[in-house]
Amino acid sequence: MDLKGRKVVLHDMSLRDGMHAKKEQMSLEQMVNVATALDAAGVPLLQVTHGAGLGGNSLQHGFAPHSNEEYLRAVAPRLKQARVSVLLIPGLGTMRELQSAHDCGARSVHVATHCTEADTSPQHIAFARKLGMDTSGFLMMAHLNTADGLAEQGRLMESYGAQTVYITDSAGYMLPDDVRRAVGRMRAVLKPETEIGFHGHNNLGMGIANSLAAIEEGASRIDVSVAGLGAGAGNTPLEVFAAVCERMGIITGVDLFKLMDLAEDMVVPMMDHMVRVDRESLTLGFAGVYSTFLLHSKRASQRYGVPARDILVELGRKKMIGGQEDMILDTAMTMAKERGLPRDVAA
Amino acid sequence: MAKIKCALIGSGNIGTDLIYKIRRSELLEPVWMVGIDAGSEGLARARALGLKTTAEGVDGLLPHVLADGVQIAFDATSAYVHPENSRRLNALGVLVIDLTPAAIGPLCVPPVNLREHADKVEMNVNMISCAGQATIPIVHAISRVQGVDYAEIVASLASKSVGPGTRANLDEFTYTTSDALRAVGGARRGKALAIINPAEPPMIMRNTISCLTDEEPMQAAITASVLEMIEEVRKYVPGYRLVNGPDFDGRRVTVFMEVAGLGDYLPTYAGNLDIMTAAATRTAELFAEEILAGTIKLEPWQREAA
Repeated sequence: MDLKGRKVVLHDMSLRDGMHAKKEQMSLEQMVNVATALDAAGVPLLQVTHGAGLGGNSLQHGFAPHSNEEYLRAVAPRLKQARVSVLLIPGLGTMRELQSAHDCGARSVHVATHCTEADTSPQHIAFARKLGMDTSGFLMMAHLNTADGLAEQGRLMESYGAQTVYITDSAGYMLPDDVRRAVGRMRAVLKPETEIGFHGHNNLGMGIANSLAAIEEGASRIDVSVAGLGAGAGNTPLEVFAAVCERMGIITGVDLFKLMDLAEDMVVPMMDHMVRVDRESLTLGFAGVYSTFLLHSKRASQRYGVPARDILVELGRKKMIGGQEDMILDTAMTMAKERGLPRDVAA
Repeated sequence: MAKIKCALIGSGNIGTDLIYKIRRSELLEPVWMVGIDAGSEGLARARALGLKTTAEGVDGLLPHVLADGVQIAFDATSAYVHPENSRRLNALGVLVIDLTPAAIGPLCVPPVNLREHADKVEMNVNMISCAGQATIPIVHAISRVQGVDYAEIVASLASKSVGPGTRANLDEFTYTTSDALRAVGGARRGKALAIINPAEPPMIMRNTISCLTDEEPMQAAITASVLEMIEEVRKYVPGYRLVNGPDFDGRRVTVFMEVAGLGDYLPTYAGNLDIMTAAATRTAELFAEEILAGTIKLEPWQREAA
């Protein structure tokens, strides 16, 4: 694979996707410290706020100790070169919240829909463009659509105004050949000036390999996370990917050693649990389940006595998608009834 | 027995399903369907079922309202055109039931507040949203027992059951439903989340209702109130079913519901469609009962300038 001389924009997710791995509990100080270190290491884009993005503070997705506006206002003015981005999932976040995020300094946005439902995003993509934001369409749970289907959805997002379209492997289920097909097909149908992005999760240990496969087929933006801090087994680890890019001659503009130090000295000590491929996160990747379901299913397992792995496999079988965290407890309760387990073992 | 004549504005999923719901009513009779696309499937079905149709929008209906005795209109167009449709129909003395997120009239959830609206002879009532109809009765059932600080609902809809209007206007859906959880449900704050799931076979509409009570939840009283409310809703939506809960976790009360439709226009998974059309039909029926009994009389009406 010869990718020498290719330019790739790295987009750090640790302060947004990483919020999931912290049960949404990150202090303003932690956000500012990590963000300024990423900025100093030359990372051009970094995403902050609640793990579920704008509108994320909820019983469904957990409450962070601060509002999204507070995180944005703390981080944005401290950055010298990096731009701050946010995540907006229509049905959860709204245009009012996007306006507010923009007022607080957000200049880029991932407008995210499930991989078959791009037509729920036209208002939000158009509004982001109107605000002058760097606007990406973000097709989540991409393994649940075909390469042709994804390309068609990508075209819709492009028609609404998206400047970049992402293949988003929310479940960490895709293998390099899947990514190659998806990105290749997308590249064939989008306008040459529309960029393609890839957002991976490392649940099957494929974060790096999948990101390279995406670049090979024409992707120019890769979502990564310093120390891999993200939902499930984490995102493609930024410092590892930066090292691989350097070895391969891919141009990213980031400072590898600074990122290694940031990962080791600041981000790993922040982790509540080691973000790695373990029994449950591997189950996410194997069963094709949304990575954020990990900690929710562990909690449901504690309350209802059904093993988290069994709950995750059942959710995968029922084809539950991102945002349906309520169905985790529902599924655990139904399985507990079927298995004759006592009601609420924690009570 | 005499029936009240109805017009359906909008020939999409909701308007078309309404034909079936209203035809089944002993108090209502669908006589007109209004569309804007002469080739639409909804208009073709309406004609096949014996309704008069026009593809000229409300303009095509107005000249016939008095001659054909239309007294109730259901508007399933969009939040953008609803206010003007309503103004013109109200001016002819037609009661308008709003199935768009426009919400210019009072919000109506039949088992919670329909009687009040009928008593006041409101000439425009809004049906909020499918998620609102499916969840607000439960929020109300909890808030009538004890104070609810916050109500949050998650509505999961089968992709095939969500039409282009809702898709293009998800924010309106969110705002209208969130507001109604407070205004009608009785919670101090409300938040609505919508998920569109494309699984095959399509998933039946699911709704999860979570409330944070002010004090420790009164478990027995809440459970009894919720079960009683479910029976009230089942009178007009037989497929409204408790799947799990109420689940009590600290001050959080969670109820997991499913809504199966009757399978009139869309298959049974589209409970979101049914709960909206069934609630609108139930609403029209209560007004119709009063009109037929002579206890209320519809008059030409003009909204006072705000």
